[in-house]
Amino acid sequence: MTGRSVLYDVPGPRARRRNVGYTVAFGLAAAAIAWFVVSRLEDKGQLTTAMWGPFLEPSTWTGYLLPGLRTTVTAAVLAIVLALPIGAVFGVARLSDHRWIRVPAGALVELFRAVPVLVLMLFADFYYAYYTGVDSDVRPLFSVVVGLVLYNGSVLAEVFRAGITALPAGQSEASFALGLRKAQVMVSILLPQAVAVMLPAIISQLVVVVKDTALGGVILSFPDLMSNYRIVPANFQNVIPSLIVVGLIYVVLNGVLSWVASALQGWLAHRRGGGPELAAVTAATDIVAAHSDSL
Amino acid sequence: MDFLGRYDLLGAFWVTVQLTVLSACGAVVLGIVLAAMRVSPVPLMRACGAAYVNVVRNTPLTLVIIGTSLGLYQTLGLTLASDTSTEFIDTNNFRLAVLGLALYTGTFVCEAIRSGVNAVPIGQAEAARAVGLRFGQVLRIVVLPQAIRSVVAPLASVLIALTKNTTIASAIGVAEASLLMKEMLENEGDKGILVFTVVAIGFVVLTLPVGVALGWLARRVGVKR
Repeated sequence: MTGRSVLYDVPGPRARRRNVGYTVAFGLAAAAIAWFVVSRLEDKGQLTTAMWGPFLEPSTWTGYLLPGLRTTVTAAVLAIVLALPIGAVFGVARLSDHRWIRVPAGALVELFRAVPVLVLMLFADFYYAYYTGVDSDVRPLFSVVVGLVLYNGSVLAEVFRAGITALPAGQSEASFALGLRKAQVMVSILLPQAVAVMLPAIISQLVVVVKDTALGGVILSFPDLMSNYRIVPANFQNVIPSLIVVGLIYVVLNGVLSWVASALQGWLAHRRGGGPELAAVTAATDIVAAHSDSL
Repeated sequence: MDFLGRYDLLGAFWVTVQLTVLSACGAVVLGIVLAAMRVSPVPLMRACGAAYVNVVRNTPLTLVIIGTSLGLYQTLGLTLASDTSTEFIDTNNFRLAVLGLALYTGTFVCEAIRSGVNAVPIGQAEAARAVGLRFGQVLRIVVLPQAIRSVVAPLASVLIALTKNTTIASAIGVAEASLLMKEMLENEGDKGILVFTVVAIGFVVLTLPVGVALGWLARRVGVKR
Protein backbone atom coordinates (compact mmCIF):
# COMPACT_ATOMS: atom_id res chain seq x y z
CA MET A 1 0.00 0.00 0.00
CA THR A 2 1.78 3.08 -1.21
CA GLY A 3 0.51 6.61 -0.85
CA ARG A 4 -1.69 7.90 1.91
CA SER A 5 -4.32 5.99 3.80
CA VAL A 6 -7.66 7.35 4.92
CA LEU A 7 -7.01 6.11 8.39
CA TYR A 8 -3.87 7.86 9.55
CA ASP A 9 -1.36 10.63 8.80
CA VAL A 10 2.24 10.08 7.90
CA PRO A 11 3.61 8.70 11.22
CA GLY A 12 5.63 11.00 13.44
CA PRO A 13 8.43 9.89 15.80
CA ARG A 14 6.10 8.55 18.49
CA ALA A 15 3.90 6.67 16.02
CA ARG A 16 7.00 5.21 14.38
CA ARG A 17 8.24 3.89 17.74
CA ARG A 18 4.81 2.42 18.41
CA ASN A 19 4.78 0.79 14.98
CA VAL A 20 8.14 -0.83 15.69
CA GLY A 21 6.56 -2.28 18.83
CA TYR A 22 3.59 -3.62 16.83
CA THR A 23 5.93 -5.06 14.22
CA VAL A 24 7.92 -6.94 16.87
CA ALA A 25 4.78 -8.25 18.60
CA PHE A 26 3.16 -9.33 15.33
CA GLY A 27 6.43 -10.78 14.04
CA LEU A 28 6.76 -12.92 17.18
CA ALA A 29 3.16 -14.11 16.90
CA ALA A 30 3.60 -14.94 13.19
CA ALA A 31 6.88 -16.74 13.91
CA ALA A 32 5.19 -18.77 16.66
CA ILE A 33 2.43 -19.85 14.26
CA ALA A 34 4.97 -20.69 11.55
CA TRP A 35 7.04 -22.69 14.04
CA PHE A 36 3.93 -24.60 15.18
CA VAL A 37 2.98 -25.46 11.57
CA VAL A 38 6.51 -26.51 10.62
CA SER A 39 7.00 -28.65 13.71
CA ARG A 40 3.63 -30.29 13.11
CA LEU A 41 4.65 -31.09 9.52
CA GLU A 42 8.02 -32.35 10.77
CA ASP A 43 6.29 -34.65 13.29
CA LYS A 44 4.23 -36.18 10.51
CA GLY A 45 7.36 -36.61 8.40
CA GLN A 46 6.19 -34.27 5.64
CA LEU A 47 9.43 -32.30 5.30
CA THR A 48 11.82 -35.10 4.31
CA THR A 49 13.63 -35.41 0.99
CA ALA A 50 11.57 -38.50 0.18
CA MET A 51 8.46 -36.30 0.33
CA TRP A 52 9.74 -33.40 -1.76
CA GLY A 53 12.17 -35.29 -3.99
CA PRO A 54 9.56 -36.43 -6.53
CA PHE A 55 9.06 -32.80 -7.54
CA LEU A 56 12.70 -32.58 -8.63
CA GLU A 57 12.20 -35.51 -11.02
CA PRO A 58 11.36 -34.33 -14.54
CA SER A 59 9.05 -37.35 -14.97
CA THR A 60 6.68 -36.04 -12.27
CA TRP A 61 6.22 -32.86 -14.27
CA THR A 62 6.13 -34.29 -17.80
CA GLY A 63 4.11 -37.32 -16.74
CA TYR A 64 1.33 -35.81 -14.61
CA LEU A 65 1.51 -32.13 -13.77
CA LEU A 66 2.19 -30.48 -17.13
CA PRO A 67 -0.36 -32.55 -19.11
CA GLY A 68 -2.88 -31.74 -16.36
CA LEU A 69 -2.02 -28.06 -16.57
CA ARG A 70 -2.42 -28.19 -20.35
CA THR A 71 -5.88 -29.74 -19.99
CA THR A 72 -6.85 -27.09 -17.43
CA VAL A 73 -5.72 -24.25 -19.70
CA THR A 74 -7.37 -25.82 -22.76
CA ALA A 75 -10.71 -26.12 -21.00
CA ALA A 76 -10.47 -22.59 -19.57
CA VAL A 77 -9.58 -20.97 -22.91
CA LEU A 78 -12.20 -22.99 -24.77
CA ALA A 79 -14.84 -21.99 -22.23
CA ILE A 80 -14.06 -18.27 -22.32
CA VAL A 81 -13.85 -18.21 -26.14
CA LEU A 82 -17.23 -19.93 -26.45
CA ALA A 83 -18.77 -17.79 -23.71
CA LEU A 84 -17.76 -14.50 -25.36
CA PRO A 85 -20.21 -14.52 -28.31
CA ILE A 86 -22.97 -15.86 -26.06
CA GLY A 87 -22.28 -13.09 -23.57
CA ALA A 88 -22.28 -10.48 -26.35
CA VAL A 89 -25.63 -11.68 -27.73
CA PHE A 90 -27.31 -11.81 -24.32
CA GLY A 91 -25.74 -8.55 -23.14
CA VAL A 92 -27.07 -6.76 -26.20
CA ALA A 93 -30.43 -8.57 -25.95
CA ARG A 94 -30.87 -7.27 -22.40
CA LEU A 95 -30.47 -3.74 -23.77
CA SER A 96 -33.02 -4.28 -26.53
CA ASP A 97 -35.89 -1.86 -27.03
CA HIS A 98 -38.24 -4.80 -27.43
CA ARG A 99 -39.72 -6.12 -24.24
CA TRP A 100 -40.15 -9.64 -25.66
CA ILE A 101 -36.39 -9.89 -26.23
CA ARG A 102 -35.21 -8.03 -23.15
CA VAL A 103 -37.25 -9.91 -20.54
CA PRO A 104 -36.51 -13.53 -21.55
CA ALA A 105 -32.84 -12.72 -22.08
CA GLY A 106 -32.71 -11.16 -18.62
CA ALA A 107 -34.46 -14.14 -17.04
CA LEU A 108 -32.03 -16.63 -18.66
CA VAL A 109 -28.99 -14.63 -17.59
CA GLU A 110 -30.25 -14.35 -14.01
CA LEU A 111 -31.09 -18.06 -13.88
CA PHE A 112 -27.67 -19.25 -15.01
CA ARG A 113 -25.95 -16.81 -12.66
CA ALA A 114 -27.93 -18.16 -9.73
CA VAL A 115 -27.19 -21.85 -10.35
CA PRO A 116 -23.82 -23.20 -9.11
CA VAL A 117 -21.36 -24.20 -11.84
CA LEU A 118 -21.09 -27.66 -10.33
CA VAL A 119 -24.83 -28.22 -10.82
CA LEU A 120 -24.51 -27.06 -14.45
CA MET A 121 -21.57 -29.42 -15.00
CA LEU A 122 -23.40 -32.37 -13.45
CA PHE A 123 -26.43 -31.71 -15.62
CA ALA A 124 -24.31 -31.36 -18.78
CA ASP A 125 -22.58 -34.65 -17.95
CA PHE A 126 -25.92 -36.39 -17.44
CA TYR A 127 -27.30 -34.87 -20.65
CA TYR A 128 -24.36 -36.04 -22.77
CA ALA A 129 -24.44 -39.50 -21.22
CA TYR A 130 -28.16 -40.00 -21.55
CA TYR A 131 -29.22 -38.20 -24.72
CA THR A 132 -26.17 -38.12 -26.97
CA GLY A 133 -23.56 -40.54 -28.21
CA VAL A 134 -20.59 -38.44 -27.13
CA ASP A 135 -17.60 -40.69 -26.54
CA SER A 136 -16.99 -41.23 -22.84
CA ASP A 137 -13.34 -40.18 -23.30
CA VAL A 138 -14.26 -36.62 -24.22
CA ARG A 139 -17.47 -36.42 -22.21
CA PRO A 140 -15.81 -34.87 -19.12
CA LEU A 141 -14.26 -32.15 -21.31
CA PHE A 142 -17.62 -31.46 -22.97
CA SER A 143 -19.43 -31.33 -19.63
CA VAL A 144 -16.86 -29.09 -17.94
CA VAL A 145 -16.76 -26.69 -20.89
CA VAL A 146 -20.56 -26.56 -21.28
CA GLY A 147 -21.03 -25.92 -17.55
CA LEU A 148 -18.44 -23.16 -17.66
CA VAL A 149 -19.87 -21.62 -20.85
CA LEU A 150 -23.41 -21.47 -19.45
CA TYR A 151 -22.25 -19.75 -16.27
CA ASN A 152 -19.60 -17.47 -17.76
CA GLY A 153 -21.78 -16.59 -20.74
CA SER A 154 -24.25 -15.07 -18.29
CA VAL A 155 -21.51 -13.29 -16.34
CA LEU A 156 -20.01 -11.91 -19.56
CA ALA A 157 -23.48 -10.79 -20.66
CA GLU A 158 -23.53 -8.57 -17.58
CA VAL A 159 -20.02 -7.36 -18.38
CA PHE A 160 -21.02 -6.47 -21.95
CA ARG A 161 -24.13 -4.71 -20.70
CA ALA A 162 -22.16 -2.70 -18.14
CA GLY A 163 -19.48 -1.87 -20.70
CA ILE A 164 -22.02 -0.63 -23.25
CA THR A 165 -24.14 1.40 -20.80
CA ALA A 166 -21.01 3.01 -19.31
CA LEU A 167 -19.90 4.40 -22.70
CA PRO A 168 -20.55 8.14 -22.96
CA ALA A 169 -24.04 8.91 -24.31
CA GLY A 170 -22.42 11.20 -26.89
CA GLN A 171 -21.16 8.12 -28.75
CA SER A 172 -24.61 6.84 -29.69
CA GLU A 173 -26.11 10.33 -29.99
CA ALA A 174 -23.45 11.32 -32.53
CA SER A 175 -24.00 8.08 -34.47
CA PHE A 176 -27.76 8.57 -34.58
CA ALA A 177 -27.18 12.16 -35.71
CA LEU A 178 -25.12 10.80 -38.60
CA GLY A 179 -28.11 8.71 -39.62
CA LEU A 180 -26.92 5.26 -38.51
CA ARG A 181 -29.61 2.75 -37.64
CA LYS A 182 -30.01 1.15 -34.17
CA ALA A 183 -28.26 -2.08 -35.20
CA GLN A 184 -25.47 -0.17 -36.93
CA VAL A 185 -24.84 1.95 -33.85
CA MET A 186 -24.60 -1.18 -31.72
CA VAL A 187 -22.41 -3.21 -34.10
CA SER A 188 -20.09 -0.53 -35.48
CA ILE A 189 -19.90 2.03 -32.66
CA LEU A 190 -20.77 0.64 -29.24
CA LEU A 191 -19.69 -3.03 -29.32
CA PRO A 192 -16.12 -2.42 -30.58
CA GLN A 193 -15.53 0.13 -27.83
CA ALA A 194 -17.16 -2.09 -25.24
CA VAL A 195 -14.92 -5.02 -26.21
CA ALA A 196 -11.78 -2.91 -25.75
CA VAL A 197 -13.11 -1.74 -22.40
CA MET A 198 -13.84 -5.32 -21.35
CA LEU A 199 -10.46 -6.86 -22.13
CA PRO A 200 -9.16 -6.62 -18.53
CA ALA A 201 -12.50 -7.90 -17.23
CA ILE A 202 -12.38 -10.89 -19.58
CA ILE A 203 -8.88 -11.80 -18.43
CA SER A 204 -9.90 -11.56 -14.76
CA GLN A 205 -12.83 -13.81 -15.55
CA LEU A 206 -10.32 -16.31 -16.94
CA VAL A 207 -8.97 -16.65 -13.37
CA VAL A 208 -12.42 -17.70 -12.18
CA VAL A 209 -12.70 -20.17 -15.06
CA VAL A 210 -9.29 -21.72 -14.31
CA LYS A 211 -10.34 -22.25 -10.70
CA ASP A 212 -13.68 -23.70 -11.77
CA THR A 213 -12.13 -26.34 -14.03
CA ALA A 214 -10.74 -27.94 -10.84
CA LEU A 215 -14.32 -28.93 -10.00
CA GLY A 216 -14.53 -31.11 -13.07
CA GLY A 217 -11.24 -32.72 -12.04
CA VAL A 218 -12.67 -33.93 -8.75
CA ILE A 219 -16.32 -34.60 -9.54
CA LEU A 220 -16.32 -35.66 -13.21
CA SER A 221 -12.83 -37.23 -13.39
CA PHE A 222 -11.80 -34.64 -15.94
CA PRO A 223 -8.02 -35.19 -16.41
CA ASP A 224 -7.01 -31.65 -15.46
CA LEU A 225 -4.29 -30.49 -13.05
CA MET A 226 -6.54 -31.06 -10.04
CA SER A 227 -7.20 -34.67 -10.95
CA ASN A 228 -3.77 -35.52 -12.42
CA TYR A 229 -1.76 -34.33 -9.44
CA ARG A 230 -3.32 -37.05 -7.30
CA ILE A 231 -1.16 -39.65 -9.02
CA VAL A 232 1.88 -38.12 -7.27
CA PRO A 233 0.72 -38.70 -3.65
CA ALA A 234 -0.67 -42.06 -4.73
CA ASN A 235 2.88 -43.09 -5.69
CA PHE A 236 4.95 -41.32 -3.05
CA GLN A 237 2.53 -40.82 -0.10
CA ASN A 238 3.49 -37.12 -0.04
CA VAL A 239 0.04 -35.59 0.41
CA ILE A 240 1.03 -32.25 1.91
CA PRO A 241 3.95 -31.47 -0.46
CA SER A 242 1.74 -32.38 -3.45
CA LEU A 243 -1.08 -30.13 -2.26
CA ILE A 244 1.37 -27.27 -1.75
CA VAL A 245 3.04 -27.69 -5.14
CA VAL A 246 -0.22 -27.99 -7.09
CA GLY A 247 -1.63 -25.03 -5.17
CA LEU A 248 1.41 -22.96 -6.08
CA ILE A 249 0.99 -23.84 -9.77
CA TYR A 250 -2.56 -22.46 -9.64
CA VAL A 251 -1.45 -19.40 -7.65
CA VAL A 252 1.30 -18.57 -10.15
CA LEU A 253 -0.94 -19.10 -13.19
CA ASN A 254 -3.78 -17.02 -11.74
CA GLY A 255 -1.39 -14.43 -10.34
CA VAL A 256 0.05 -13.85 -13.81
CA LEU A 257 -3.45 -13.57 -15.29
CA SER A 258 -4.55 -11.07 -12.60
CA TRP A 259 -1.39 -9.06 -13.10
CA VAL A 260 -1.93 -8.90 -16.89
CA ALA A 261 -5.54 -7.83 -16.31
CA SER A 262 -4.65 -4.99 -13.97
CA ALA A 263 -1.74 -3.84 -16.14
CA LEU A 264 -4.06 -3.79 -19.14
CA GLN A 265 -6.68 -1.92 -17.14
CA GLY A 266 -4.15 0.70 -16.11
CA TRP A 267 -2.96 1.08 -19.68
CA LEU A 268 -6.51 1.40 -21.07
CA ALA A 269 -7.48 3.87 -18.37
CA HIS A 270 -4.52 6.15 -18.93
CA ARG A 271 -3.96 6.10 -22.64
CA ARG A 272 -5.06 9.28 -24.31
CA GLY A 273 -7.00 9.99 -27.45
CA GLY A 274 -9.56 7.70 -28.98
CA GLY A 275 -9.37 5.27 -26.07
CA PRO A 276 -12.42 3.98 -24.26
CA GLU A 277 -13.46 6.17 -21.40
CA LEU A 278 -12.17 5.53 -17.91
CA ALA A 279 -15.68 5.19 -16.49
CA ALA A 280 -16.52 2.40 -18.92
CA VAL A 281 -13.29 0.52 -18.13
CA THR A 282 -13.98 0.63 -14.41
CA ALA A 283 -17.66 -0.27 -14.82
CA ALA A 284 -16.81 -3.43 -16.77
CA THR A 285 -14.09 -4.46 -14.31
CA ASP A 286 -16.38 -3.81 -11.35
CA ILE A 287 -18.90 -6.30 -12.67
CA VAL A 288 -16.22 -8.96 -12.83
CA ALA A 289 -14.87 -7.93 -9.44
CA ALA A 290 -18.35 -8.50 -8.08
CA HIS A 291 -18.35 -12.00 -9.58
CA SER A 292 -14.73 -12.92 -9.18
CA ASP A 293 -15.58 -14.28 -5.76
CA SER A 294 -17.89 -16.70 -7.45
CA LEU A 295 -15.49 -19.57 -7.01
CA MET B 1 -43.04 -36.03 -9.64
CA ASP B 2 -43.68 -38.66 -6.97
CA PHE B 3 -40.13 -40.03 -7.17
CA LEU B 4 -39.00 -36.80 -5.52
CA GLY B 5 -40.63 -38.03 -2.31
CA ARG B 6 -38.01 -40.77 -2.09
CA TYR B 7 -35.22 -38.24 -1.71
CA ASP B 8 -34.64 -35.85 1.16
CA LEU B 9 -34.41 -32.73 -0.98
CA LEU B 10 -35.33 -30.33 1.80
CA GLY B 11 -32.79 -31.96 4.09
CA ALA B 12 -30.06 -31.57 1.47
CA PHE B 13 -30.89 -27.90 0.95
CA TRP B 14 -30.98 -27.46 4.74
CA VAL B 15 -27.36 -28.71 4.81
CA THR B 16 -26.57 -26.15 2.09
CA VAL B 17 -28.10 -23.40 4.23
CA GLN B 18 -26.18 -24.55 7.32
CA LEU B 19 -22.91 -24.65 5.39
CA THR B 20 -23.60 -21.15 4.07
CA VAL B 21 -24.53 -19.56 7.40
CA LEU B 22 -21.74 -21.15 9.45
CA SER B 23 -18.98 -20.46 6.94
CA ALA B 24 -20.32 -16.91 6.41
CA CYS B 25 -19.83 -16.26 10.14
CA GLY B 26 -16.29 -17.65 10.02
CA ALA B 27 -15.50 -15.75 6.83
CA VAL B 28 -16.69 -12.43 8.29
CA VAL B 29 -14.49 -12.83 11.39
CA LEU B 30 -11.46 -13.82 9.30
CA GLY B 31 -12.22 -11.08 6.76
CA ILE B 32 -12.32 -8.36 9.42
CA VAL B 33 -8.99 -9.53 10.89
CA LEU B 34 -7.39 -9.68 7.43
CA ALA B 35 -8.79 -6.27 6.44
CA ALA B 36 -7.52 -4.73 9.69
CA MET B 37 -4.09 -6.18 8.88
CA ARG B 38 -4.17 -4.90 5.31
CA VAL B 39 -5.00 -1.29 6.25
CA SER B 40 -2.77 -1.17 9.34
CA PRO B 41 0.24 1.18 9.55
CA VAL B 42 2.56 -1.80 10.21
CA PRO B 43 4.27 -2.96 6.98
CA LEU B 44 4.80 -6.53 8.23
CA MET B 45 1.08 -6.95 8.98
CA ARG B 46 0.15 -5.50 5.58
CA ALA B 47 2.56 -7.89 3.85
CA CYS B 48 1.24 -10.95 5.71
CA GLY B 49 -2.38 -9.99 5.05
CA ALA B 50 -1.70 -9.37 1.37
CA ALA B 51 0.21 -12.65 1.03
CA TYR B 52 -2.61 -14.69 2.58
CA VAL B 53 -5.27 -13.00 0.43
CA ASN B 54 -3.35 -13.33 -2.83
CA VAL B 55 -2.39 -16.95 -2.27
CA VAL B 56 -5.76 -18.22 -1.05
CA ARG B 57 -7.99 -16.47 -3.53
CA ASN B 58 -5.92 -17.64 -6.47
CA THR B 59 -6.23 -21.24 -5.29
CA PRO B 60 -9.27 -23.19 -6.49
CA LEU B 61 -11.80 -23.68 -3.67
CA THR B 62 -11.89 -27.34 -4.68
CA LEU B 63 -8.22 -27.64 -3.74
CA VAL B 64 -8.82 -25.85 -0.42
CA ILE B 65 -11.69 -28.16 0.53
CA ILE B 66 -9.86 -31.31 -0.58
CA GLY B 67 -6.84 -29.99 1.33
CA THR B 68 -8.80 -29.77 4.58
CA SER B 69 -9.81 -33.41 4.22
CA LEU B 70 -6.69 -35.05 2.70
CA GLY B 71 -4.16 -32.73 4.32
CA LEU B 72 -5.49 -31.47 7.64
CA TYR B 73 -7.55 -34.49 8.63
CA GLN B 74 -6.09 -37.59 6.99
CA THR B 75 -2.40 -36.60 7.08
CA LEU B 76 -2.04 -34.18 9.98
CA GLY B 77 -4.74 -35.78 12.09
CA LEU B 78 -6.85 -32.69 12.76
CA THR B 79 -10.32 -33.75 13.87
CA LEU B 80 -13.18 -31.34 14.41
CA ALA B 81 -15.64 -33.79 15.97
CA SER B 82 -15.45 -36.29 18.77
CA ASP B 83 -14.31 -39.56 17.20
CA THR B 84 -16.35 -41.70 19.55
CA SER B 85 -19.55 -40.32 18.03
CA THR B 86 -21.41 -42.59 15.61
CA GLU B 87 -21.70 -39.77 13.08
CA PHE B 88 -18.02 -38.90 13.32
CA ILE B 89 -17.23 -39.02 9.59
CA ASP B 90 -20.24 -36.91 8.56
CA THR B 91 -19.80 -34.30 11.29
CA ASN B 92 -16.06 -34.09 10.73
CA ASN B 93 -16.42 -33.66 6.96
CA PHE B 94 -19.11 -31.04 7.44
CA ARG B 95 -16.93 -29.03 9.82
CA LEU B 96 -13.86 -29.41 7.61
CA ALA B 97 -15.93 -28.07 4.71
CA VAL B 98 -17.06 -25.11 6.83
CA LEU B 99 -13.41 -24.47 7.74
CA GLY B 100 -12.32 -24.58 4.09
CA LEU B 101 -15.19 -22.36 2.92
CA ALA B 102 -14.47 -19.82 5.67
CA LEU B 103 -10.71 -19.75 4.99
CA TYR B 104 -11.41 -19.16 1.28
CA THR B 105 -14.35 -16.74 1.55
CA GLY B 106 -12.58 -14.68 4.24
CA THR B 107 -10.23 -13.33 1.56
CA PHE B 108 -13.16 -11.98 -0.46
CA VAL B 109 -14.76 -10.47 2.66
CA CYS B 110 -11.39 -8.82 3.42
CA GLU B 111 -11.17 -7.31 -0.06
CA ALA B 112 -14.77 -6.04 0.16
CA ILE B 113 -14.13 -4.36 3.51
CA ARG B 114 -10.82 -2.92 2.35
CA SER B 115 -12.41 -1.44 -0.75
CA GLY B 116 -15.09 0.07 1.48
CA VAL B 117 -12.49 1.76 3.70
CA ASN B 118 -10.55 2.96 0.66
CA ALA B 119 -13.75 4.35 -0.89
CA VAL B 120 -14.01 6.94 1.92
CA PRO B 121 -12.47 10.15 0.53
CA ILE B 122 -9.21 11.10 2.25
CA GLY B 123 -10.61 14.59 2.92
CA GLN B 124 -13.18 13.10 5.31
CA ALA B 125 -10.54 11.72 7.66
CA GLU B 126 -8.30 14.75 7.21
CA ALA B 127 -11.16 17.06 8.17
CA ALA B 128 -11.95 14.85 11.15
CA ARG B 129 -8.35 14.99 12.35
CA ALA B 130 -8.27 18.75 11.71
CA VAL B 131 -11.16 19.30 14.15
CA GLY B 132 -9.17 17.36 16.73
CA LEU B 133 -10.68 13.86 16.73
CA ARG B 134 -8.38 11.08 17.88
CA PHE B 135 -7.70 7.90 15.84
CA GLY B 136 -10.46 5.90 17.54
CA GLN B 137 -12.94 8.75 17.10
CA VAL B 138 -12.03 9.25 13.43
CA LEU B 139 -12.61 5.56 12.87
CA ARG B 140 -15.83 5.31 14.89
CA ILE B 141 -17.55 8.56 13.96
CA VAL B 142 -16.35 9.33 10.44
CA VAL B 143 -14.67 6.50 8.52
CA LEU B 144 -16.43 3.28 9.57
CA PRO B 145 -20.05 4.52 9.22
CA GLN B 146 -19.31 5.47 5.60
CA ALA B 147 -17.24 2.37 4.91
CA ILE B 148 -19.90 -0.02 6.25
CA ARG B 149 -22.52 1.55 4.00
CA SER B 150 -20.51 1.01 0.84
CA VAL B 151 -19.59 -2.54 1.85
CA VAL B 152 -23.15 -3.90 1.79
CA ALA B 153 -23.33 -4.45 -1.99
CA PRO B 154 -19.99 -6.29 -2.39
CA LEU B 155 -20.66 -8.38 0.75
CA ALA B 156 -24.04 -9.37 -0.71
CA SER B 157 -22.39 -10.79 -3.82
CA VAL B 158 -19.83 -12.60 -1.63
CA LEU B 159 -22.69 -14.19 0.32
CA ILE B 160 -24.47 -15.29 -2.87
CA ALA B 161 -21.25 -16.70 -4.28
CA LEU B 162 -20.69 -18.54 -0.99
CA THR B 163 -24.14 -20.11 -1.20
CA LYS B 164 -23.26 -21.52 -4.62
CA ASN B 165 -19.75 -22.49 -3.51
CA THR B 166 -21.11 -24.75 -0.77
CA THR B 167 -21.81 -27.29 -3.56
CA ILE B 168 -18.05 -27.94 -3.62
CA ALA B 169 -18.35 -29.51 -0.16
CA SER B 170 -19.70 -32.52 -2.06
CA ALA B 171 -16.07 -33.17 -3.09
CA ILE B 172 -15.43 -34.45 0.45
CA GLY B 173 -18.80 -36.15 0.72
CA VAL B 174 -20.91 -33.59 2.57
CA ALA B 175 -24.51 -34.51 1.76
CA GLU B 176 -25.68 -31.16 0.41
CA ALA B 177 -27.88 -30.35 -2.57
CA SER B 178 -25.46 -31.09 -5.42
CA LEU B 179 -24.43 -34.48 -3.99
CA LEU B 180 -28.09 -35.45 -3.80
CA MET B 181 -28.56 -34.20 -7.37
CA LYS B 182 -25.68 -36.43 -8.50
CA GLU B 183 -27.26 -39.42 -6.79
CA MET B 184 -30.68 -38.63 -8.28
CA LEU B 185 -29.21 -38.28 -11.79
CA GLU B 186 -27.58 -41.68 -11.43
CA ASN B 187 -30.77 -43.39 -10.21
CA GLU B 188 -33.48 -41.57 -12.17
CA GLY B 189 -31.92 -41.19 -15.60
CA ASP B 190 -35.18 -40.62 -17.44
CA LYS B 191 -36.16 -37.74 -15.15
CA GLY B 192 -32.85 -35.89 -15.30
CA ILE B 193 -34.23 -32.67 -16.70
CA LEU B 194 -36.81 -32.53 -13.91
CA VAL B 195 -34.09 -33.18 -11.31
CA PHE B 196 -31.98 -30.33 -12.72
CA THR B 197 -34.98 -28.00 -12.79
CA VAL B 198 -35.86 -28.73 -9.16
CA VAL B 199 -32.28 -28.24 -7.92
CA ALA B 200 -31.86 -25.08 -10.03
CA ILE B 201 -35.09 -23.65 -8.61
CA GLY B 202 -33.81 -24.50 -5.13
CA PHE B 203 -30.71 -22.40 -5.66
CA VAL B 204 -32.68 -19.55 -7.25
CA VAL B 205 -34.95 -19.58 -4.18
CA LEU B 206 -31.91 -19.44 -1.90
CA THR B 207 -29.99 -16.72 -3.72
CA LEU B 208 -32.58 -14.46 -5.38
CA PRO B 209 -34.37 -13.11 -2.26
CA VAL B 210 -31.02 -12.52 -0.52
CA GLY B 211 -29.77 -10.64 -3.58
CA VAL B 212 -32.92 -8.53 -3.89
CA ALA B 213 -33.09 -7.72 -0.17
CA LEU B 214 -29.42 -6.83 0.19
CA GLY B 215 -29.49 -4.90 -3.10
CA TRP B 216 -32.36 -2.82 -1.70
CA LEU B 217 -30.44 -2.30 1.54
CA ALA B 218 -27.28 -1.32 -0.34
CA ARG B 219 -29.16 1.31 -2.34
CA ARG B 220 -30.90 2.56 0.79
CA VAL B 221 -27.84 2.98 2.99
CA GLY B 222 -25.33 3.67 0.19
CA VAL B 223 -23.51 7.00 0.17
CA LYS B 224 -24.00 8.87 -3.10
CA ARG B 225 -20.73 10.33 -4.33
